[in-house]
Amino acid sequence: MTKWLEENTPKLVLAPSFVAVLIFVYGFIAWTAWVSLTRSRLLPKYEIDGFIQYDRLFSSPRWDTAFSNLFVFGFLFIVIAMVLGLILAILLDQNIRTEGAIRTIYLYPMALSMIVTGTAWKWILNPGLGLEATVRGWGFENFTFDWLVNPDMAIYTVVIAAIWQSSGFVMALFLAGLRSVDTEIIRAAQVDGIPTWRVYTAIIIPAMAPIFLSAFIVLSHLAIKSFDLVIALTGGGPGYATDLPATYMYAMAFSRGDIGQAASSAMIMMLVVFAIIVPYLYSELRSKDG
Amino acid sequence: MKMNVMGAVSGLALLVSTAAVAEPTAEVLHYWTSGGEAKSVAVLQEEFAANGGTWTDMPVAGGGGDAAGTALRARVLSGNAPTAAQIKGPAIQEWYEEGVLADISAVAEANNWAEVLPASIAGHMKCEGTWCAAPVNVHRVDWIWANAEVLAANGIDMPTTWDEFNAAAAKLQDAGIIPLAHGGQAWQDATVFEAVALGILGAEGYHKAFVDLDTDTLTSDSMKAVFDQMRTMRGYVDSNFSGRDWNLATAMVMNGEAAFQIMGDWAKGEFMAAGQVPGEDFLCISTPGEGFLYNVDSFAMFDVGGDDKKEGQALLAELVVGKNFQEVFNLNKGSIPARTDVALDAFDSCAHLSAADMAASNEGGSLLPSYAHGMALRGAQSGAITDVVTAHFNSDMSSDEAVEMLANAIANSL
Repeated sequence: MTKWLEENTPKLVLAPSFVAVLIFVYGFIAWTAWVSLTRSRLLPKYEIDGFIQYDRLFSSPRWDTAFSNLFVFGFLFIVIAMVLGLILAILLDQNIRTEGAIRTIYLYPMALSMIVTGTAWKWILNPGLGLEATVRGWGFENFTFDWLVNPDMAIYTVVIAAIWQSSGFVMALFLAGLRSVDTEIIRAAQVDGIPTWRVYTAIIIPAMAPIFLSAFIVLSHLAIKSFDLVIALTGGGPGYATDLPATYMYAMAFSRGDIGQAASSAMIMMLVVFAIIVPYLYSELRSKDG
Repeated sequence: MKMNVMGAVSGLALLVSTAAVAEPTAEVLHYWTSGGEAKSVAVLQEEFAANGGTWTDMPVAGGGGDAAGTALRARVLSGNAPTAAQIKGPAIQEWYEEGVLADISAVAEANNWAEVLPASIAGHMKCEGTWCAAPVNVHRVDWIWANAEVLAANGIDMPTTWDEFNAAAAKLQDAGIIPLAHGGQAWQDATVFEAVALGILGAEGYHKAFVDLDTDTLTSDSMKAVFDQMRTMRGYVDSNFSGRDWNLATAMVMNGEAAFQIMGDWAKGEFMAAGQVPGEDFLCISTPGEGFLYNVDSFAMFDVGGDDKKEGQALLAELVVGKNFQEVFNLNKGSIPARTDVALDAFDSCAHLSAADMAASNEGGSLLPSYAHGMALRGAQSGAITDVVTAHFNSDMSSDEAVEMLANAIANSL
């Protein structure tokens, strides 16, 4: 009996969460895929009707905006947050005295919820209340910074707020990475008289490749599921200029009673996630086999 | 007190007439959670209790009813529908098609609803000929609200045509006043749009465009003129309007920063709450053009089991359309009663105007459902129109493009 228990305890303990994940993640993905092939409106229906919802999705100008915003936002957010995080981490790595305090200050935005970030930046960027009004108040009458209310630029305000929130976190990741690089190699390089910038570009950064990958994965899933930031900052506006796939899906499912359309947009979002995650998993698994 | 006694008597009469023994119970799902609205619902709860009923309140705040809709869907899918839920417009028929609504024709016929409700509003309460919902109020959407002092100081009368409106707006702009207080949220853009559309297309054109979704009307030159007027009005709002809430726009009119606002009569509640008097401090007039766009809140009645619940449903339906509730509720909410035989002595001058116009429009066939507030079309179609309206208003899209996009969006939403 005890032997049986010894052998099977891990399985027994894992079983409930395994079943829960199977049903509540993969089961509902399958359910959503099914519903996305139907003409469900207010309540889900189960008669399959082909790819009608996907046709509707891709001929909707609002989805076009939302989908291209995802790439604009995702690309700028990930690249800028990583570059900024790396620079901050390298600067902090110079053995400065108040590192602890500075690190906390930069990491702190991560402790705020996206709703708070969005609301704060809404006020900061509001032309009549925030930055523009302040600078004009100083006497620069022609200063204009109205990105928040300009449909062509509004998506970039979402990028700004998201970077403010996340770059400190990326910095912490990179800082841990910098510290984990073997100091022997760095010392050897310094003995050989190699300049510091070469030490970083040729030794330290290449050694941190796995950290880059994790930072990329964390940031890209933050980008794809961004919802609360947009809702708090712009409400998807002006017009629907800052819609993202997640806000589009919410509008279809909960405001418009168009569940089929919402399900099809959810499936496309999932495919985007897969397109990013699958190559990552593939490389991870392959490297372990080899 | 007298009202309560009368209510009790009528409730008793109902109990006797249906010869029931069960105590009526009702579980009511609604999203009237803000101050004035919550007070209005409390009136109904008290009346229900005074008639021997047990009321289970299920308020769901948030998202302008989106959250309540989600809660309702979950309840219905799990086979546990509430007695009644706050649903309005074609959504009632949409729920009926799911086969979950009850038939309350007995109550409706006993209380003569067909006589006391305007025909087009009664139409929304029926599902394939049977009564399935009870109307609570009538909000008028096509209002212009104005700051009386600002208009007087600039020598402007309330506009009765869109040209007059444009002339007045230009004059105000020169005087350094924001002509139109507006909040750049999609539903507010849609609210202004439908008022303009009613004025320019006329009642018949409006019906063709936003009820029948007639492609010819949607792509007509008059529709282009509607978008042209929207473009003109875009010039009359301040540059800071994006994302502003409607009540903040109302506040701009109140403090004289802006002159006009186009908004439904819930805006009146804001003026009144600030102690302003209609006709003196602020003015109300219907937007230019013939017609009346209504936004009617109602309770849809769900198919429930058990005599106590059926009793409760019948009692609720009777009380909701009863004169007492219609008067007290609408005084709190700023709307007017849906039934036409309620004495309006206690109401203000804007409500009197609204009631008179509703009666006249009902006669003339120009009593029309508001598309922006989900009375004319189902969610997918009205949403598709709103997407185009808000995209046009917030960009430099031409009217020709907008009209074409409108036709495509409608076709894509069906």
